[in-house]
Amino acid sequence: MSVAVVVFPGTNCEHDIVHALDLIGVETELVWHTETDLSGADGVVLPGGFAHGDYLRTGAIARFSPVMSEIDRLAALGAPILGICNGFQILCEAGLLPGALVANRDLKFICRHIHVRVESTDSILTNRAEVGQVLRIPLNSYEGNYIAEAIDDVENADLVVARYSNPDGSIDKQGNPNGSTNAIAAITNERRNVAAIMPHPERAAESILGSSDGMVMIESFAASVTAPLSA
Amino acid sequence: MTTEATPAHIQLGMTDEEYDSVCEILGREPRPAELAMYSVMWSEHCSYKSSRKHLGRFGSDQPWVVVGPGENAGVVDLGDGWLAALRIESHNHPSFVEPYQGAATGVGGILRDVFTMGARPVAVWDPLRFGPLDDPHNRYLLEGVVSGIAGYGNAVGVPTLGGEVEFADRFSKNPLVNVMALGLLKQEQLVLSAASGEGNKAILLGNATGRDGIGGASILASASFEEGDEGKRPNVQVGDPFEEKKLIEACLELYDEGLVVAIQDLGAAGISCATSETAGNGGMGMDVDLDNVHVREQGMTPGEILMSESQERMLAIVAPENEQAVLDLASKWEIDARTIGEVTQGPELRVFSDGELVAEVPAASLADDAPIYDRPAERPSYLDEVWADEPSIPDEVDVVDALRTLLDDPAIGDRSWISSQYDHMLFLNTVVEPGHDGSLMRIKGTTKGLAVATDGDAFRTYLDPRRGGARIVFEGAMNVAVTGTRPYAVVDNLNFGNPENPEVMWQFIEAVDGMAWACEELDLPVVGGNVSFYNQTDGVDIYPAPVVGVLGFTEDIPTKPPRLDAAEHDMGIWVIGSEAEGDLAGSAFDRILNGSLRGRPADVDGDTARRVITSVADLASSGTPVVHDISTGGLAVALAEIAIKSSIGVILDDISADELFDETPLRAIVVSHHEPITPVNCRRIGTVGGADLDFGDLGSLPLADAAHIWSSALPRRMN
Repeated sequence: MSVAVVVFPGTNCEHDIVHALDLIGVETELVWHTETDLSGADGVVLPGGFAHGDYLRTGAIARFSPVMSEIDRLAALGAPILGICNGFQILCEAGLLPGALVANRDLKFICRHIHVRVESTDSILTNRAEVGQVLRIPLNSYEGNYIAEAIDDVENADLVVARYSNPDGSIDKQGNPNGSTNAIAAITNERRNVAAIMPHPERAAESILGSSDGMVMIESFAASVTAPLSA
Repeated sequence: MTTEATPAHIQLGMTDEEYDSVCEILGREPRPAELAMYSVMWSEHCSYKSSRKHLGRFGSDQPWVVVGPGENAGVVDLGDGWLAALRIESHNHPSFVEPYQGAATGVGGILRDVFTMGARPVAVWDPLRFGPLDDPHNRYLLEGVVSGIAGYGNAVGVPTLGGEVEFADRFSKNPLVNVMALGLLKQEQLVLSAASGEGNKAILLGNATGRDGIGGASILASASFEEGDEGKRPNVQVGDPFEEKKLIEACLELYDEGLVVAIQDLGAAGISCATSETAGNGGMGMDVDLDNVHVREQGMTPGEILMSESQERMLAIVAPENEQAVLDLASKWEIDARTIGEVTQGPELRVFSDGELVAEVPAASLADDAPIYDRPAERPSYLDEVWADEPSIPDEVDVVDALRTLLDDPAIGDRSWISSQYDHMLFLNTVVEPGHDGSLMRIKGTTKGLAVATDGDAFRTYLDPRRGGARIVFEGAMNVAVTGTRPYAVVDNLNFGNPENPEVMWQFIEAVDGMAWACEELDLPVVGGNVSFYNQTDGVDIYPAPVVGVLGFTEDIPTKPPRLDAAEHDMGIWVIGSEAEGDLAGSAFDRILNGSLRGRPADVDGDTARRVITSVADLASSGTPVVHDISTGGLAVALAEIAIKSSIGVILDDISADELFDETPLRAIVVSHHEPITPVNCRRIGTVGGADLDFGDLGSLPLADAAHIWSSALPRRMN
């Protein structure tokens, strides 16, 4: 089993997700964005960063990188595809996930630990977690504010994987750091093989760094790579 | 004001004497491009002409120093083949003129200094100084500078792990924006800047060269400011963190592949500096063809191309057989690369444009023959006055009210308004994050740990430059010791006013002496530094504001390093280290509550400093839950910080108002279930518990109130 970690010019969290996956023995390979053959990969991660400098709009240029057509193909085959932070923005721009991410409510970059509540365990990000479980993980973004025109469809199809919450799991404005619609922090597609999250579970993978709550998400992803959802 | 009649060298910031020296070196009048090169290379910013005479007092001959001052960054040995590269710089004037870009390009420049050495930059710190926040312009500057650091640092993908901030009227029209970077590398990755090998190629990598930043070093950084100098905005460079990120990755891969002989970043003085330094350092010459420089705009003169400070550029010296491989690798990372020159026997640096020779100067003369000034120094007249007036704490002081006021000060209250805009977690190395005395990082794959604290104290340095200079070194050392590391190396950034003012020169010399003495006492090598003079606007010099970045190192990173939020119910509270001696000169109490700046800061004994710092590091590395340096605002503020962050009150047994606000250095609070075992003074003062900051007979402040005041101090002024 091997996971392709895609590196665009400007990506900067690639080594962090490689490190977190390595902690549980998952093999990874860094793949440059011009790669057009990912047939050796059992899963794909689009890590955080500033792909193509975030110029024009986050993810707007990255969706045209050569590697993206291969990711389309793998997604259609049912392979697990995970986006984190900038990877979330790219997957939305590429149309693999609904909605978009815009500037934070307070128009400031946010770097701090926040809490998310798991809403669905039917995703490659949460299949090892429990509904209602509250995880303390870091949020590190300027454009992390989730919006979707078809927000009702997103909710009705149970595509919300996790929401921002208070430490006790309650959801209100105070527990929503960036103003995301319905406090959405992570979503999946209808087929449930593509998922993305704005905060960084890989940055909460060891207690020496302040929290290991994110590990359940890393483990969930690893589990779905081992047993890909089939068509 | 310049007029048509002003000679070219004056317009470029040179004196008549300096111009005469150039003529002497060349044996003729300089060509325009040559004059441009000398004017930037001999500027204060590039040549250290007013400070060089005094900087020799900083020592760096400890055996763990691999590269001392003079290269792009200092390098120290961490054992097992690991090295750390560190450097500090200032971007003060650019940040006043254009806060976002000034601060952003400051980050970009310091990162290049570090990866030029072969190191991957792993963290950045930003010591900042602004005028009081009741002035909207100062808020604009703070907002812009923090956005610039965040915008560049976050996007380039290097975490910003901290820094510090002070506010004072003297910084209103001359804010200070310093930036320190730390890089990690393995021994075999070390690269230096000396070009060798006749026939080797000089390849310019990265951004196109434009008209931005022309004369930044000479006109912006090496002159005082006057009203209306916002017109200097075109002298500020514009940063592109995306280009820098690609450049970092490309350069690190070039080193890994062993494709470069030497490399130099293009900072102040651009191509002039990079070509002359690489050639001069290697005792060689170089032929440079400006027609091969990829330019951003048409019609640039040779002088402009040579002086441009366009960002995100590097000059690599490459053996001819590797030229194509370097160009190919650059192409993979989508950065421009052009061969612009060739190393020659020298010693001349020859520059061609349009087939014509536009400059021919001895390469080393641009750096080595720069003037050195022994500027006159005179003890400032204000000293007698301020020393004659020793502050004290009034008998009738209301301790609770005083503490409320202190916690509301923007330099004492919660600074996470700043640090939460910086990505401080990237790379998964951050063990103790910003908001503590020092930040602590691990080195993955090892048990080693590195801590950094940046410290400055403009107030005490003003009151006594020598003692103030020494105390920032001890303070920085304490701040890395509380993370469980030993002070290991120092870089310094010497921010001062106009060196042509003898009183400023005196402050400078005294502060350097004090810092050098303190470093010697702690056996701390000074592996690099920067001098920023001419921090003077409208004739007002800033407070002397040297800043140190102290690197702490440990072979065994504590599994549970001390944290401010680790106090728990029933733990005891002790004060360890020096006895409080009524040291209030420059203290927060006197400045903020009495509104005065006076007195003479206490001297520090070197033996005591060594003993306390070692003892603190011992306690911190052996599982003590909380170890917190007592500094600005004294014991009262330090206790409040622990209580607020730990969300639990403190009950003090029997404490005096004098002791609560005293700022005698080399003292720390220890909070633990066990009495600390330490060879230095250690006295229990209270217990953790309750919901108040309970000072016994002196009164009590509900923790919730303290937390609210402390956490709103900065946001309530900025939002």
